[in-house]
Amino acid sequence: MAPPSPRRPGFSRRAQYGLFAGYVIAVAGALMSLLLVLSASFDPQGHAAIQGFFSDIGSVFSRAGRGGVDATKEGGSSVAAYFNAASKNKAMAEELKAAREKLIKGQVDALEVVRLKKLVRLVEQATQPVVTANIVSASGSSSRRYAVFSAGSANGVENGQPIIAPEGLVGRVVQTGRISARVLMIIDGGNTVPVKRASDGTPALATGIGDGRLDIRPVIIGGNPFAKGDIFVTSGIGGLYRPGIPVAVGVKRTREGIGGVPLASPARLDYAVAEPTYIAELPPPPDELPKGGN
Amino acid sequence: MARLPRTRIDKEPAHFARSAIPIVSTMIGSLAPIAPFVFLAPVVPPFGLMMLLAWRALHRTLWPTWMALPLGFFDDLFSGAPMGSAMLLWTLAFLVYELFDRRMVWRDYWQEWGIAVFLICAVILGQLWIANRSGGATDVFVMIPQAVFSALLFPLMTRICCALDNWRLTL
Repeated sequence: MAPPSPRRPGFSRRAQYGLFAGYVIAVAGALMSLLLVLSASFDPQGHAAIQGFFSDIGSVFSRAGRGGVDATKEGGSSVAAYFNAASKNKAMAEELKAAREKLIKGQVDALEVVRLKKLVRLVEQATQPVVTANIVSASGSSSRRYAVFSAGSANGVENGQPIIAPEGLVGRVVQTGRISARVLMIIDGGNTVPVKRASDGTPALATGIGDGRLDIRPVIIGGNPFAKGDIFVTSGIGGLYRPGIPVAVGVKRTREGIGGVPLASPARLDYAVAEPTYIAELPPPPDELPKGGN
Repeated sequence: MARLPRTRIDKEPAHFARSAIPIVSTMIGSLAPIAPFVFLAPVVPPFGLMMLLAWRALHRTLWPTWMALPLGFFDDLFSGAPMGSAMLLWTLAFLVYELFDRRMVWRDYWQEWGIAVFLICAVILGQLWIANRSGGATDVFVMIPQAVFSALLFPLMTRICCALDNWRLTL
């Protein structure tokens, strides 16, 4: 005999109505949440406010846990350091000798650069960081690549600000809570960064794929000028990211462009800097409009 | 696995714990995104959804159909997906589960697993669709590892549910 179905409660009117009401609530709720999903694209601000509040709460726990994760990592590496200590020591001594020579050469070069910059009257515009904080977590179950930055509007973080690690660009802020912010990483499929090749300034667009890599395509149509090992930095075109932030290194040439890996791997970074949104300089207005006929 | 719960004679059943343990365990599954790790690819299974389906597979009458709605709301708060996406998809998954109950009256372990894997994959695809509608552009193939991990980890989640269930009924 088939097991009695709990969804057929016999002749009890009360049970029947209860069951029916359950379905009505479920279907009505599903329709309501469909509206909520659709409204996310029309009213992102309202949604961001709610989610920002809860990501604040979550970030407190992530921040506490992050310390534990770091401690275990450090413990592991300090144990590992005892192995091969002698050969490592020898290698490091050689490296130090080579580095000293390079350091002296570097100092000479730095002086030369300062002199040349003065010569061409290049003005360095130093960007003051808004706040330095750490990336505490990034969801691994969502298809979007969001990271949680442990500073929020209380620290001056605003939507659109680029988040930069010492190694390079991480992403930009898309949602701010009081003490945490959600960062859309450059590896997200919906994030495109205008870049240029560091060596010669060939412009390109770097788009995330969603699996931790980037797809870098040249802006100029025809031919694929990129090669494995090319370094890409932000070009500053369109604003948002100031020029010259390291973004990615090319690893695999494709037909249309090159597959890249971000230079700042968010998985190993701990500290990152929020910088003010870069506003691209407009070209100077023409002094005088040509007068006369057409 | 099918051990009978040890009931204690002459003791009031703990009604609150009985209903709270499944709910709280699902909510803990939904809290996985706040773990202090940075993932570069979507490879972590949706633990909240898996917990929900594992409880549903274990006890048909544990929750009314609308229970997926508040639990999905909690999942939305932390997952970073647009609000309402888990509410919508989890409730639809529960309604589809009802259809399976109607069509397949006798089911064995493999069929329960198959139903769960089908629903998890459908929800992952739905989440991807909603995320791509609201600004993302992730390829479907990127989600394959997550679907495979979810399918392989689901039996473990049912084991955890069974253990929690035994504990819950002895309280």
